Amino acid sequence: MKNKEPLILVVVVAFTLLTYWLVEPYAHSVMHKHVESQNFAYADLAPFTKTGDAVNGKALVTGAAACTGCHSITKDGIPASVDAVSAAQTYGVNPPDLSNAGAIYDAKFLADLIKNPAHALKVEHKFDASKGQAHPMVAFYGAGGDIEQEVADMVAYIQKIAVKPSEVTPKMAYENACGRCHAVSYEKWTQIGEKPSFKFEKDSLAFDIKVLEYQDSLTKYMGKLPPDLSMYIRSRGEHYISTFMENPQAHLEGTAMPRVGVTADAAHKVIEYLEDAGDTKRHERESVGKMVLIYSVIFAILALLWKKQVWRDLH
Amino acid sequence: MAHFTKATSVKDWLNQRLAIEKVEKVMASEYWIPKNINFLWAMGMVLAITFALLLVSGIFLLMYYQPDVKDAFYSVNYTIMRDVDFGWLWRHVHGVAASVVFLIIYIHMFTGIYYGSYKKGREMIWVSGMLLFVTFSAEAFSGYMLPWGQMSYWAGMVITNIFSLGGLHLDGLVEWIRGDYVPAQAFLTRFFMLHVLLLPLAIMGLIGLHFAALRIPHVNNQDGEEIDFNAESKKYLAGDKAGSKVIRFANDFMSKDLMVVGVFLIFFFYLVFFNYGFALDPVNFDPADGLKTPAHIYPEWYFLWSYEILRPFSVNIGLIAFGFAQVIFVLLPWLDRSPNAVPASRRGAFSIWFWVLLIDMIVLTAMGKLPPEGMFSTIGLVAAILFIALWIALPFITKNEKKV
Amino acid sequence: MHNSSRRGFMGKAFGAVAGVGAVGSLVAMKKTWDPLPSVKAAGFTTLDMSIYKEGELVTEKWRGKPIFVLKKTAEMVASQTESQKARDIVVGDSHFMLAIGLCTHLGCIPGYNAAEKSFLCACHGGMFNWAGEVTKVPPPRAFDIPPFKIEGNKIILGEAGPEYKAMKDSGITL
Repeated sequence: MKNKEPLILVVVVAFTLLTYWLVEPYAHSVMHKHVESQNFAYADLAPFTKTGDAVNGKALVTGAAACTGCHSITKDGIPASVDAVSAAQTYGVNPPDLSNAGAIYDAKFLADLIKNPAHALKVEHKFDASKGQAHPMVAFYGAGGDIEQEVADMVAYIQKIAVKPSEVTPKMAYENACGRCHAVSYEKWTQIGEKPSFKFEKDSLAFDIKVLEYQDSLTKYMGKLPPDLSMYIRSRGEHYISTFMENPQAHLEGTAMPRVGVTADAAHKVIEYLEDAGDTKRHERESVGKMVLIYSVIFAILALLWKKQVWRDLH
Repeated sequence: MAHFTKATSVKDWLNQRLAIEKVEKVMASEYWIPKNINFLWAMGMVLAITFALLLVSGIFLLMYYQPDVKDAFYSVNYTIMRDVDFGWLWRHVHGVAASVVFLIIYIHMFTGIYYGSYKKGREMIWVSGMLLFVTFSAEAFSGYMLPWGQMSYWAGMVITNIFSLGGLHLDGLVEWIRGDYVPAQAFLTRFFMLHVLLLPLAIMGLIGLHFAALRIPHVNNQDGEEIDFNAESKKYLAGDKAGSKVIRFANDFMSKDLMVVGVFLIFFFYLVFFNYGFALDPVNFDPADGLKTPAHIYPEWYFLWSYEILRPFSVNIGLIAFGFAQVIFVLLPWLDRSPNAVPASRRGAFSIWFWVLLIDMIVLTAMGKLPPEGMFSTIGLVAAILFIALWIALPFITKNEKKV
Repeated sequence: MHNSSRRGFMGKAFGAVAGVGAVGSLVAMKKTWDPLPSVKAAGFTTLDMSIYKEGELVTEKWRGKPIFVLKKTAEMVASQTESQKARDIVVGDSHFMLAIGLCTHLGCIPGYNAAEKSFLCACHGGMFNWAGEVTKVPPPRAFDIPPFKIEGNKIILGEAGPEYKAMKDSGITL
């Protein structure tokens, strides 16, 4: 009797893999637009060449450029002028605190943002100056000197006060770059900050009302309420989120979501934050997975040996 | 009353009351299986193990799951995936096993078709097996509703709409099934009930029937040889194990089964921990939203071939074709008119029929997932027509088959 | 002989009574699966038709289903064919396409392409024009129109007014 089992196994495995390939990798490559990552190089923005002077930068940021009229820099003792809810009523969204912006955002992006916010954020389709639609962040037209040098000074200042890029935590990156529009309820994160645990129901409800008020302004500003990102790491995956962050227009032409201009490192931190929210047990899964696979191999070897022993008399 | 004597051992005590020795003989040591079989004969055991994995993981999920449209998604994705220790493990095991069980069912089914294991007294094995396929499908579908994600909601919407039966417009029936105008609380709770109680009960009953149906005709073998089980088992018991054509269920057959199970488990756990995306669809990690259809709606891979038979036609013809595809497999023992119960490779035209059917179903599966546009629509239509044509042709092909 | 036929009769009678009981309990089971009164009662929605902008699709909600409301532009109204005119819902002097926003094939929500003024259903590729008519199968018929009643500037969904009944009788909607 010829042993046909190897041939049968090849046939079964081949058809299984073919079906898998067709319904998974192939079908998904047809269904979804593929966007290649540009490694957060922001090639469309002018290279950043000038060396800035942080002292002059500080003078500009707090003085002539009037950044601190809207942005807080808590690290340098400059508090927010109004709370998040009122800020959103005025600007649509709460302007970010600039304490660590230098470590989270790309320098080229920051420079462009200061000069032409709608361009850097890639929302010119929504804020077309020629149609009188001004972006809530006012462009900086120079303080009298070389505008390029002034911008470089401001960026230098923002980078100087920030933590080292390696010290940026996932939470810090997410909250600053994404968290003012996107809640992550699984991490208790709301657009106006982490919801504390309140002793009294009344205080808890008061906080919720503030969130709702903020969300109303945000909805008006964005067209719709930006989604909660708790499970996005599972529903969209790392590649999609990362390339979406890099350039939302590449995925969804005409979307109101701005390009946020994070550095590649900060983008990784954001992904890590989302993994902690939506794929919390991934490390445990990987380590337990390895052990279970090792166990399964031992189980299979013993099963094989037992079968050989039992069948010795049968042949 | 039966006569009981003072027991000499625990075994004897049990034996007097439960006849455990006799049961052990009937169920295991003198349940005779042909020796001439290959690893495909172990798929039944693989299915039993997978079902056990589903049952155990399901029990633990059930302890934290909330069948409420407001809480279901959270209870699955937050409570079970984040809070409950090893909750993620049960969910991954459950989700992956639900998908893999269909792969094994299809292998098991096509093994049966290839070796003619539905003929000559084995019709009830086939019919009970197909009933199991149907109940497993219902179980899979109802379970898919429970996380209450986008795919749950929209699959629920699309599949229950099928019951309006196209041109008959039975909207009342659809609303009755849902208990609402759209899938909502009543829908979720009743599918929860079906998934955790009624359908598992039906499945367990049918598994009993499936096993019982095997007893009288015995298991087929890979050459379609008619074996005299009485004579061969006597030979075995007399000590001629090597010469006998049959083996004991336990430990002979079981040792081979468990060897296959061992290999299967490596494959299974690899999927559970490292490649689960095919079974836990990303779209279902978005909470259900009745006012936003996902860009692509597709069922799980194991329903794709029958879904694709529904899709390329206008609604009424599509439904008729779909209905045809659902029942036609059950009728196989009667559509195959040939007297031969031998492997397809020795059956001439039937062998071609078998491979064409298999490839056609894979094509249908692929087209069922791809967007219904351009070339994919055309291929899907051709494959769907071919599927129907194959089944219509089967009695004619097999009628003229020569006896081997 | 006498005894056994009597036993046969009693057996059949017992079986019949048991059958009646089984059918009776099936009725109860069927009714338990019916939509609840509270679900049915929540079936009316009033829309203020004066708030819509021309040429802009708005999605309202009725009985958990999306309702497409499109106030037709003057060009649309001028270019309407007879069959499209028949689907028109006129409130005051505004013309509306008002329909259940579910594909008539298997109930997905078609997406609206504002540039092409057409609907595409992502599920099975069906297409509809701005008047709600099918331009590409599988959907078997135009968008269904929900039961409506015109009251001044308002439309009540779920209540059948004369305009709706006329549409239903002429087979424009189901």
